Amino acid sequence: MADARVPLSQRLRPYRVLLASRARAQMQYRASFVTDILGTVGVGLAEFAEVWVIFHNVELLGGLDFKAALLVFALSNLAFSLADMFVGHLDQLPVYIRAGQVDAFYVRPLPLLAQLMTSELSMRRIGRLSVAVVALVVALTTGAVAWSPATVVLIVLTVVSGTAIFAALFTAAGGLQFFLVDGSEFTNSFTYGGQYAAQQSQQVFPGPLRIFWTFVVPTAFVAYVPAVAILDLPGDSLAPPWLAWCTPLAALLAWGIAGLCWRLGTRHYQGAGG
Amino acid sequence: MLVRAGFRRHSTYRLALLAGMTTNSVFGFIRASILLAALTSANAAIGGYDKPTTIAFVWWGQALLGTVNLWGFSEVKDRVRSGDIAVDFLRPINPQLAYLAGDLGRAAINLLGRGLPALLLGALLFDMAWPPSAASWVVGAVSVALAVVVAFSGNFVINLLAFWLVEIRGITLLWMITGGLLCGLYLPVPWFPDWLRTIAQWSPFPSMLQNPIDILAGRVVGADIASAVAVQLFWATLLIVLGQVVLRAGRRRLEVQGG
Amino acid sequence: MSIIETRDLVRDFKKTRAVDRMTFSVEPGESVGYIGANGAGKSTTIKMLTGILKPTSGHVRTCDLDPMRERIGVARRVGVVFGQRSQLWWDLPLRDSFAILAAIHSLGEKEARSRTDVLVEQLEMGPQLATPVRSLSLGQRMRAEIAAALLHSPDLLILDEPTIGLDVLSKQRLREFLVAERRERGTTLLLTTHDMGDIERLCDRVLVVDHGRLAFDGSLTGLAATVGAQRVLVIDLAQPTPDLDDIPRTRLLGSESDGLRQRLAFDSEATTAAAVLAQVSARHEVRDLTIEEPDIEDVVRRIYAASGRA
Repeated sequence: MADARVPLSQRLRPYRVLLASRARAQMQYRASFVTDILGTVGVGLAEFAEVWVIFHNVELLGGLDFKAALLVFALSNLAFSLADMFVGHLDQLPVYIRAGQVDAFYVRPLPLLAQLMTSELSMRRIGRLSVAVVALVVALTTGAVAWSPATVVLIVLTVVSGTAIFAALFTAAGGLQFFLVDGSEFTNSFTYGGQYAAQQSQQVFPGPLRIFWTFVVPTAFVAYVPAVAILDLPGDSLAPPWLAWCTPLAALLAWGIAGLCWRLGTRHYQGAGG
Repeated sequence: MLVRAGFRRHSTYRLALLAGMTTNSVFGFIRASILLAALTSANAAIGGYDKPTTIAFVWWGQALLGTVNLWGFSEVKDRVRSGDIAVDFLRPINPQLAYLAGDLGRAAINLLGRGLPALLLGALLFDMAWPPSAASWVVGAVSVALAVVVAFSGNFVINLLAFWLVEIRGITLLWMITGGLLCGLYLPVPWFPDWLRTIAQWSPFPSMLQNPIDILAGRVVGADIASAVAVQLFWATLLIVLGQVVLRAGRRRLEVQGG
Repeated sequence: MSIIETRDLVRDFKKTRAVDRMTFSVEPGESVGYIGANGAGKSTTIKMLTGILKPTSGHVRTCDLDPMRERIGVARRVGVVFGQRSQLWWDLPLRDSFAILAAIHSLGEKEARSRTDVLVEQLEMGPQLATPVRSLSLGQRMRAEIAAALLHSPDLLILDEPTIGLDVLSKQRLREFLVAERRERGTTLLLTTHDMGDIERLCDRVLVVDHGRLAFDGSLTGLAATVGAQRVLVIDLAQPTPDLDDIPRTRLLGSESDGLRQRLAFDSEATTAAAVLAQVSARHEVRDLTIEEPDIEDVVRRIYAASGRA
């Protein structure tokens, strides 16, 4: 398949061109583009309002004070909006199938998943992304962060792995939608549901649910588990501070499952004929 | 007739209903966990909601989410855009009522197919408060129907703005986001800080969800039930009348342009 | 090496058999028309040739590759146009679609530019390069689709209903281009169509598929011989003319308006439209003419009937 002697930059060029073209397409309609960005700012603010209103009523939620909860909110929203921006359209697979787009991908000399991923780039998510970035800056500057080089590394690692985890969830959603088609909304339960769970202190969940969000759909690793280490909190048995460093492992696990779902999905498509 | 047609159209998507129910339930679990944790932390009821009524708030909210069309629709906007709305004007039935009937059918099937299972699941797994009296059940049902009407009528007006505006996406987004926050889907409106609660109470959004939930969860009882429904009735009437006025203006515009 | 090779190819969908023990091969440079009724198994075959669908059983090779296991290799050497579905980027200027496809096929900058220039010139698409694809007319879009499918200079071009919905002139231009493309580059052509004109102008071999089974495989003349389909020359004359019932190797079908318009049926094997016209215009002044092609549905029906008897 891919010739190992061809330099990586050359091999990535098609994807660069594809993504750039998507960006260009969205810039054409400046007015609606700005509206859409403001819309996702609004979504980000509404998500934040939910956290803020709860802390208007209580001092602590799931063992976190407002500043700590803000960090969890920021990390999860940052990772989610990045993943959503790049691969959020994967859970629209039935739309692609109906438009014949999937068949068009099959007759092009690139891997199917890579083509689907680069077929859209939702730049409007920059709105929600910027809400998350502001929240992160505020949380890190006002919160009781135990700064050290390791903390910096951990924060970067968290954002990267968290984005990878959500991207894996979207990919798994796409794979499953080859089967579900009419029931594609089902996958929202772990993509958008996963995001909703990720932005909470995991201590709010009863035991089984907590285990689910840690080991099955590992969104606990996106924000809460790293936040325990970043803020040097005591944590508990399901979130000891050292677990924060396992975030990349959680991403690998998520991608393992996502890869499996995708393979099953494409096999089903080629077997059943869409 | 039209209600039944709407009902039938949506009942064909059984897998979609099942999928929607699953997703609603997952969100229900997460939200119930958060709100219960908040009540534990406060060690008291918040804004009149104790644990069983809060559970009722969460699961009635999830149950009614698909029933009340909170996220809006674009069918009417598309017909205005394409000019097909002219066909609707030719029918012997008022377009607003025709679309409302369709939406009530959609609401009914979603309540049965998607809402009730979610509600049963919540009741099975959590200690949930039921409507405290027969009156709460009956008025609660009326209140749900009014919520559907208010949500529909508001969206209908927004859709009709397409007669005058080239792009209504901004307004739709604003309506959706503000509505989502203020209707009492994420958190009970009584939990809001004073200023935000005041804004919510002067808007039609709590009439789309918070009011029926207040009645069904038993947070609002006695004479207050009447005022909760009266507020909904006010908004339903206002928005329907507004819809008629806007529809008529749109029709005139269409005739002037010869569209 | 054959460009396409299938042996006992079978594809089942749940309860129905869409493709049934299909065996045929296409050699490099051939131009093959693939016809049959809707649902006869044409699209299913194409999907198996390109690696979109997995065969239930049997053997298929495209460009000497296994489409399921070497899909990307097949994609490099095959261009596909799905008539009703666009492979272009509808919200961008046409030029961008070509640039993106060139990048997808890893064409070098120079190669991409020269190939695009040639295709754009031959298909006369220059004025449309800056137009967003969604604003192109159907004819323009179809030419663009074909240019897009040929950008990477494939060995095999698969066209699914390339002329459907096009006006006469657009059809004409498209066919002329495809003929030239074959002549210059020796591209192998496989096309499905409902238009007998496509087959006559473009194909030297026809496959007819019926209920997933190959009902006919042979030359166009063989097809005509089998079904006896005739073409009709409609001639408008300058003056009222007596019946032209004595033109060799033709049969007069009818005469209208005192012989101002006359319809002559002829067999493609026996004579040509040009010969008939020459004979008529030697005697009378011809103002206008059209040719009516045999209806492909009719041809297919007759083939089905013939193979049913066999």
